[in-house]
Amino acid sequence: MKFSVTVFPGSNCDHDCEYVVRNVMGQPVEMVWHKETDLRNPDCVVVPGGFSYGDYLRTGAIARFSPVMKSVADFAAKGGLVIGICNGFQILCEAGLLPGALLRNKGLQFICQNVYIKVEQTDTPYTNACKPGQVLKIPIAHGEGNYFIDPEGLKKLKDNRQIVVRYCDIKGNLTPESNPNGSLDNIAGICNEKRNVFGLMPHPDRSAEDILGSHDGQFIWNSILAAKVGVS
Amino acid sequence: MSPTMMDIEITPKIIAEHGLKPDEYDRICKILGRKPNMTELGLYSVMWSEHCGYKHSRALLKTLPTKGPKVLQGPGENAGIVDIGEGWAVAFKVESHNHPSAIEPYQGAATGVGGILRDIFTMGARPIASLNSLRFGPLTDPKVKRLFAGVVHGIADYGNCMGIPTVAGEVVFDENYSENCLVNAMSVGLVRHEQIIRGRATGVGNPVIYIGATTGRDGIHGATFASTEITNESTEKRSAVQVADPFMEKLLMEATLELIHGDLLVGIQDMGAAGLTCSTCEMASRGGAGIEIDVAKVPQREKGMTPYEILLSESQERMLLVAKPGNEQKVHDILAKWDLHAATIGIVTDTGRMVVKENGKVVADVPADSLTEAPIYHPAKSEPAILQKHRDFDEKSVLIPKDLPDVLLKLLSDPTIASKRWVYRQYDHMVRSNTLIRPGSDAAVIRVKGTKLGLAMCIDGLGSYCSLDPYEGAKIVVAEAARNIACSGAEPIGMTDCLNFGSPEKPEVFYYFDRVVSGLGDASRAFGIPITGGNVSLYNENPSGAIDPTPIVGMMGLFQNVDIAVTQWFKDEGDLVYLLGNIGDSIGASRYLQIQHGKKTGLCPKLDLGVELALHKALRELAESKILQSAHDSSDGGFAVTLAECCMTGLTHEAPMLGAKLSLPGSGRLDGRLFGEAQSRAVVSCNPGQAAQLEAVAKKYGVPIEKIGQAGGDSLVIGSEINLPVSKLADLFFTSIEKIMA
Repeated sequence: MKFSVTVFPGSNCDHDCEYVVRNVMGQPVEMVWHKETDLRNPDCVVVPGGFSYGDYLRTGAIARFSPVMKSVADFAAKGGLVIGICNGFQILCEAGLLPGALLRNKGLQFICQNVYIKVEQTDTPYTNACKPGQVLKIPIAHGEGNYFIDPEGLKKLKDNRQIVVRYCDIKGNLTPESNPNGSLDNIAGICNEKRNVFGLMPHPDRSAEDILGSHDGQFIWNSILAAKVGVS
Repeated sequence: MSPTMMDIEITPKIIAEHGLKPDEYDRICKILGRKPNMTELGLYSVMWSEHCGYKHSRALLKTLPTKGPKVLQGPGENAGIVDIGEGWAVAFKVESHNHPSAIEPYQGAATGVGGILRDIFTMGARPIASLNSLRFGPLTDPKVKRLFAGVVHGIADYGNCMGIPTVAGEVVFDENYSENCLVNAMSVGLVRHEQIIRGRATGVGNPVIYIGATTGRDGIHGATFASTEITNESTEKRSAVQVADPFMEKLLMEATLELIHGDLLVGIQDMGAAGLTCSTCEMASRGGAGIEIDVAKVPQREKGMTPYEILLSESQERMLLVAKPGNEQKVHDILAKWDLHAATIGIVTDTGRMVVKENGKVVADVPADSLTEAPIYHPAKSEPAILQKHRDFDEKSVLIPKDLPDVLLKLLSDPTIASKRWVYRQYDHMVRSNTLIRPGSDAAVIRVKGTKLGLAMCIDGLGSYCSLDPYEGAKIVVAEAARNIACSGAEPIGMTDCLNFGSPEKPEVFYYFDRVVSGLGDASRAFGIPITGGNVSLYNENPSGAIDPTPIVGMMGLFQNVDIAVTQWFKDEGDLVYLLGNIGDSIGASRYLQIQHGKKTGLCPKLDLGVELALHKALRELAESKILQSAHDSSDGGFAVTLAECCMTGLTHEAPMLGAKLSLPGSGRLDGRLFGEAQSRAVVSCNPGQAAQLEAVAKKYGVPIEKIGQAGGDSLVIGSEINLPVSKLADLFFTSIEKIMA
């Protein structure tokens, strides 16, 4: 399966995504500079974490205007797989590929730690290798991961089963204490209606090897490899 | 230069305002064979400041051991470099940003991180980890809380945006840092041997290129500012503090590494303290060449800047480089790709002079060497009378508290001992997906992708020990850092030091400095760990006097196979627990004596360097033989705090807490055995099946060993003195700082 990782000025996790895809999952990967428009014919695009354009103005607000994002939007519209991690999730929301927004963490501080997330939907290209309700240990590292959407939007997310992963405790309970950033309904990751675009704040790129303290991120990557792909 | 500035009459007042002494001014006149103009006076002022010129410290620093078979680069460049095998090397250095942080904590700390990162990638190394060592007054003071929060926020924002994990550090809270906090930042980078580059200008006619942010009026005279005492008027010098732009630095880092790895450069240097002045004259001096630049070609942020201002500006995120012949256009192309400014501002010459022009007209012309060779002083020193009082302190005068469990709880809540989770949670310590052991154990461990190699790293300082016995204290700083590395199973391969002291012009302060340097040197030689670079920060003074002498040591350790790395917490029910080393019973200089009894005095623990080294060797062999389940250095707070940490710090890595039922070894004072800080000790655990092997290794190295009990249960039991639920210990330990800062 062919992956392309977008690289913005200020991307930090581009290396981590490249390493996971190539060295851990054994798949070919291309790095696509933000000024380019050719995605190199991938099956899946990864929009990585970091501080694109320094996150000046607002996280992801400038990145959405870059040439490469126009191509990513076209690719997604044709049904291509697009996963945004952390800053990548913020960019996909700013670009309108996913609904809602990511606000400052409730404690107003950047938080880096392992968290547990519960897989709520398994019929997505990103979670098909998980069991329903499975709990994954995956780290977060962000200052603005507090997911917000208006009541109508939330209803729509629920009706369409677009809430893919939620913050939980180690046993899978959705408690306020297990919600690190104040996200509405403990939302950690969502997909679009067509389920081909997925964004999440936790980092499956940092948790795909036992030596890093968790291999649970592999469930996400393995799901992508198992997904039926094809751009219409 | 405006004619008015050229014509300014240099008066004794102007000389003094530039931090230069009358005889230093005379020396400048002698070097030039004439009086300097204002611009030239500015150049000497910053380059001969303590911060850049090390004029009071250089003679002693030269006594430190800096060489070793693996050292590829010692002091004198932007960072030291040590070989780690397989064609890889590690570049690392620690640097202070104390004065700026005291005035403007967020920007001061952030630019401190930015500066040390530039030192690393300037050598061609990609930064892979950051560490920091912080000192503040007590957290009961609201002003200190603001400083602490601001410094941590500044470090976090800069490192996080750069995408470089901040993996380890230490924070100490003590009265003596109330008005002069310490912010020491360390960075570590990886580089292929063939890609190492140095800050040298060679090749007559080669272009000198300025890259990065534009030059503004911020930070003018930062180096001179860092070389004077903080007074109540210091806040008026806020324009001497620079403003950080980590995004700019991220671009600069990527562009710089692309230039170096593309083999386009002769040499490169960052513009840190003393900005364009320092980078220009140091590159020329190291290369044995001269440099000629025209300040009118320097990209400027504001109009009407004089050559004096352009040369002395400490605007951040800028570099100076010398390109190889024929590569000038390629350099400009790469910078354009990263949307960065680049300007060819001069050429390399063979005159040995630093010549500065403005639109072709010479405004400064001085020998480059003369700027980098500041006068060397041998300040007077005298032993402070207080040291004898500390030595004479009678421990017997201290009553042993009745409620020892309560003392343990108090120590675990002390912000200096308590978990720094509130701090490191704000640092991205996992980015680049190499961090195998995160904050929470004795040393952080980073893997080197594509190899089996790993790096252990830690940073340590013990100002209070050094204030009581500077020589012994300095030895212990090195020993403790090396012990942390040894507990993780790695071999120490090099260290970097940051020496934070008061004014060297005070004989009592310089006595401390002299003794500390001796202690560092002796420990370094005994352990065979070279000091490959560092930084000196003097004039750290409160209105009430100098800070504690505070040498900080950053230590690098190497794993040939990182899979053996050991962590500090107990692992399984039934594991046997041992004390390696002697427990002792002295309470001198301990955190316990300070916290429980309000006394910062007594005899500093004695350290036998040979005994210490044997412990390190034993720990390493135990780790390499995969005998250890855990290993934890016993230091701050003593034996009882060490054991409590063994029970609960697994939480930092999502491992469960685990109690232990243990005996209290030794004889003598109960409080000394529980909370004293005798050196050369570690608490280790192993599976019962490996007990004989463990005991045999200890015996082989002559390390005292005593089986003290077993891990298991929900409580920490130490003899008949302590019996506390681990959950209670953990609650205090992990939330103490969070509650204060909430």
